[in-house]
Amino acid sequence: MTALWLAHRTSALWLAALVHRLSGLALATFLPLHFLTLGLAISGEAKLESFLRWSDQPVVKLSESILIFLLAIHMLGGLRLLAVENFAWFDGQKRLAVVAAAMAALVAVVFLARVF
Amino acid sequence: MNVRLYLWQRLTAALMLPLLLTHLVVIFYAMRKGFSAADILGRTRGSIAWALFYGTFVSAVAVHAPIGLRTVLIEWTPLRGRSSDVVAIGFGIVLAALGFRAVAAVVLP
Amino acid sequence: MTATLDVLLWRGTAEGSYRRYQVPWRDNQTVLDVVTWVQRNLDATLSYRFACRVGMCGSCAMTVNGRPRWTCRTHVSKVADGGRLTIGPLQNLPVIKDLVTDMQPFFEKWQKAKGTFAPSKTRIDPIETIAPSNPARLAADAAIECINCAVCYAACDTVRWNENYLGPAALNRAWTLVNDARDAGNGERLTTVAADGGCHACHSHQSCQEHCPVALNPTASIAGLKRRAAQAYFSGAIKL
Repeated sequence: MTALWLAHRTSALWLAALVHRLSGLALATFLPLHFLTLGLAISGEAKLESFLRWSDQPVVKLSESILIFLLAIHMLGGLRLLAVENFAWFDGQKRLAVVAAAMAALVAVVFLARVF
Repeated sequence: MNVRLYLWQRLTAALMLPLLLTHLVVIFYAMRKGFSAADILGRTRGSIAWALFYGTFVSAVAVHAPIGLRTVLIEWTPLRGRSSDVVAIGFGIVLAALGFRAVAAVVLP
Repeated sequence: MTATLDVLLWRGTAEGSYRRYQVPWRDNQTVLDVVTWVQRNLDATLSYRFACRVGMCGSCAMTVNGRPRWTCRTHVSKVADGGRLTIGPLQNLPVIKDLVTDMQPFFEKWQKAKGTFAPSKTRIDPIETIAPSNPARLAADAAIECINCAVCYAACDTVRWNENYLGPAALNRAWTLVNDARDAGNGERLTTVAADGGCHACHSHQSCQEHCPVALNPTASIAGLKRRAAQAYFSGAIKL
């Protein structure tokens, strides 16, 4: 029955909307943690410094690059929505969605390369 | 989702576009292997520009994210009406509080 | 020996199950032909709806292999996955029996979106002259062919997830009236579509546009409504 459930939900644009929603949820979960981390500096450099050294671990850096991917794809997906909602209808949106995913992945990979 | 929430969400999204791009550039510029707290704080401490930049960013996201969260709660959980409003607003307050604290942490001399 | 289709048909109400039937597989067969064959030859208790059977009325809409379609315009050869067909009632609507859904909620939302023409003149007033090339008229014409088959409504996940959402068909019709120079109901109409569950709840999944058998684009209509409602809100013409 899963195949039946998925049948009409395989359009690139439906997937783009799902990715947009899931990336938003992930970012919303991450943000308070991000703010708490930066807030470590309130008591001076030392705590923030030790966090940054902890985050040098490859698995953390990988997670960070995934976050950057999510950030980029959420922004690009949102950009597509703003375009659809405020300008004349344009075709080729499925292609745009795929391009957006590719761009976000590129950004994330470049980030990963820089920090390794 | 009604027209008022829609406008707040879309307008904060539009506002965050340039802020986000700048933030990404900053991350790319600053982050390299072994970068330190001193590297960050050396640039941000006492800076009114960074205070305004990130203060605006925090304000915008504290409006934008809760509205999105509210929609997800209404559509994907049993929460409805008032309870989804309450959770969303609560989340916004948490984001704003932690966000401004973080900005203060890196900007105050 | 003729080939046979392995057909699963939904039997029951919201509670029920798929029952299996073997149906002769013919050339040039539509899914409606299959359902009709079952009802006439295998099980007279099967309930289903159809009328014109030539793709004009929209009554025969059902879920075929997971997608909402007009069964009279769906050739078996195009959808029979290795000779298997799974046919159920349209989604997002209450099931009366078997393949028949209750269209009332669909039409109630149509009314709620003010999808009805509000006249502004009497019979003694001169006729409104509207050029066919008028941009608003073109926008209305592009969306006007809707025959309320509910395929878009069945395809829409926002309808599924948000019971207040008016849905693509109702909002598409509201858009045609918003663009109708003769209509006087825009105050109420824009207020309704700007409220909770109105056009702003649309996420632009575009399932509606993808499945519409008349090739309409409710996503584009709803995008237009979003703009108009925002403008009306900014100018104070409507209040929440």
